[in-house]
Formats: sequence, structure tokens, C-alpha cells
Amino acid sequence: MTIVGVVVFPGSNCEQDAAEAVRALGAHAEVLWHGEATVGDVDAVIVPGGFAHGDYLRPGAIARFSPVMSAVAAFARDGGPVVGICNGFQVLTEAGLLPGALQKNRGLAFVCDTVSLRVETTDSVLTCAATTGDVLRIPINHFEGSYTCSAETLAALRAEDRVVLRYVDNPNGSVDDIAGLCDAGRNVVGLMPHPERAISDLLGSSDGVVLLRSLLEAASGRSSRLAS
Amino acid sequence: MRFEVLVEVSLRPGVADPQGQTIERSLPTLGFAGVHGVRVGKAIRFELEALDEPAARAEIADMCDRFLSNPVIEDTRVTVTATDPAR
Repeated sequence: MTIVGVVVFPGSNCEQDAAEAVRALGAHAEVLWHGEATVGDVDAVIVPGGFAHGDYLRPGAIARFSPVMSAVAAFARDGGPVVGICNGFQVLTEAGLLPGALQKNRGLAFVCDTVSLRVETTDSVLTCAATTGDVLRIPINHFEGSYTCSAETLAALRAEDRVVLRYVDNPNGSVDDIAGLCDAGRNVVGLMPHPERAISDLLGSSDGVVLLRSLLEAASGRSSRLAS
Repeated sequence: MRFEVLVEVSLRPGVADPQGQTIERSLPTLGFAGVHGVRVGKAIRFELEALDEPAARAEIADMCDRFLSNPVIEDTRVTVTATDPAR
């Protein structure tokens, strides 16, 4: 069975949602405490939302010193699928696993809404089971979610097809409507929206399923390659 | 030597500062009509033991780059004051 590790920092608050979503899709979820310098034998890692270490200094700034982050970085370098959601995205940018930064939303508004996202590439661990051009309804819930980066980084993201998801109607001022992006290896993805909160019509949308199913496919594909 | 250090972290020019903009829009309602260019940042103060001022500044620059600021969106201004020049 595919095992997904869900990292928990002091102040994380979406780890149970992420674990529950993973279990609902038939995989095993394992909580990884931030103080442990290992990710064990997981096939994929989710860095969930919340306020890791209270967002002290900057969101994600302290979390990157947690022992587990060295293990997550090593897992990512090794090609392991890693997805950072919301605060997890902020943690991955601060840890240098993804380029750019998340700043306060345009208009200084905390945004809590369900928005439309367009799948821009299927060449990433979060979208490999989706279709380019798909429009997904996914909740967002953040104050510091306006993605920004240098002009050179933006040019590279575009040229290398690394913008994974774009907002159809930009809610926070993110540059180039970017809602999610991947690293050069395409196995590390960060996004502000919460696919784990959109896994059932009872929750208002099940459009997150295709994203999490992509992650599980990428994870099982990798583990069977490693086993062979 | 011991130094008192002030690190001022501010958003880089060109990076939107919604807090600064909100303050700038609010001040005129209290009658302060002439205020422009409000930018909000943070101040980090600490004491540092170092061999001399260049050594202190080099260490602080490294701290700013790797932790105290996010160079993607923030600039820093450092003020260093020796507190025991006699020693």
C-alpha cells in the first residue's frame, strides 16, 4: 500500500484533513513529527497547511530548521514526490525547495473562498492524472498567498512549463495568476489552494481528488520503480 | 568586542506593501494630509560578540541573507554600535 507521510509542525492544523483525504483514496497516511530527522519509508510527503511555529518571523521561516525538513529535502532530491499545501507551500519556498516567496494578499484581505483553478501542465506529481485545461473548484484559505518571484525566475517557470495551476480569477494578486508550481525535477509541488478539503461533494467539491490521486500515482510509480 | 545591532527589514522597492498602503490611506482621515510613501517593516535588535566591527558586519550580513530576511522580497539595513570600545 502506498504510504504518504504528512509532516506536522507545532502549529500545523491541516494534517488530519490531509491524512483523511489520503486514506479516503485508499492509501496509508503516516504522521511525521517535525522533530524526527527522518521520513521513514514513505512513498510521498505532504507538508500541510496551518501556522508552523506560529509563522514567527515569516511564514515557514522557522519550520525549515526542523530536523524533518533535512529528511524531506533529501527525499525530494532523490526524486520523491513532495507537495506543500498553503503554509506547506510557504515552508517549501523558505526551505529553498521551490523558488520565489508568498507575500500578503493584494488588498490586505484574508481570503476564504472556493476558487476555480486551471490545470496548466500534467507533467508534475500533483497533476499527472489530470488533463491540461481542466478547471477545478478548490477552497483557498490564506492571508499570505500572493506568489511573487524575480523576473528571471518567472521567465524560467514559464519556459520550463513549471506553472502547475493558475487561478481563473486571481484572488490574491499572485504574479501571472500562479496558484501552484513545481521544481525543476517536477516532483516538488507547492500550491496555496487546499485539494484535501475538496474530496467529496458533501464538502462542496470533489475536484481535489484528481490532484491527490495524481500524487498517489506518482508515489506508487516511484516505489515500484525502486523495487524493481 | 560587544555590539548592539539593529536590523531593519523592509519590503524591497517595487514589492507591494498592503500594510503601508492601508496606513497611508488612513492617516488623512485623522487630519495628517501630507504623508506619502509609507512602508511597513520590522526591527530586530540584539547584542553580538565579535572580534571587530568588520567581523560583526560579515556575520550579520550572513544572518540576514540566510534567516532574518527573505531576499526574494525583503531588504535589510544594519546599524552596528560598539558598546565597550575600551576593551
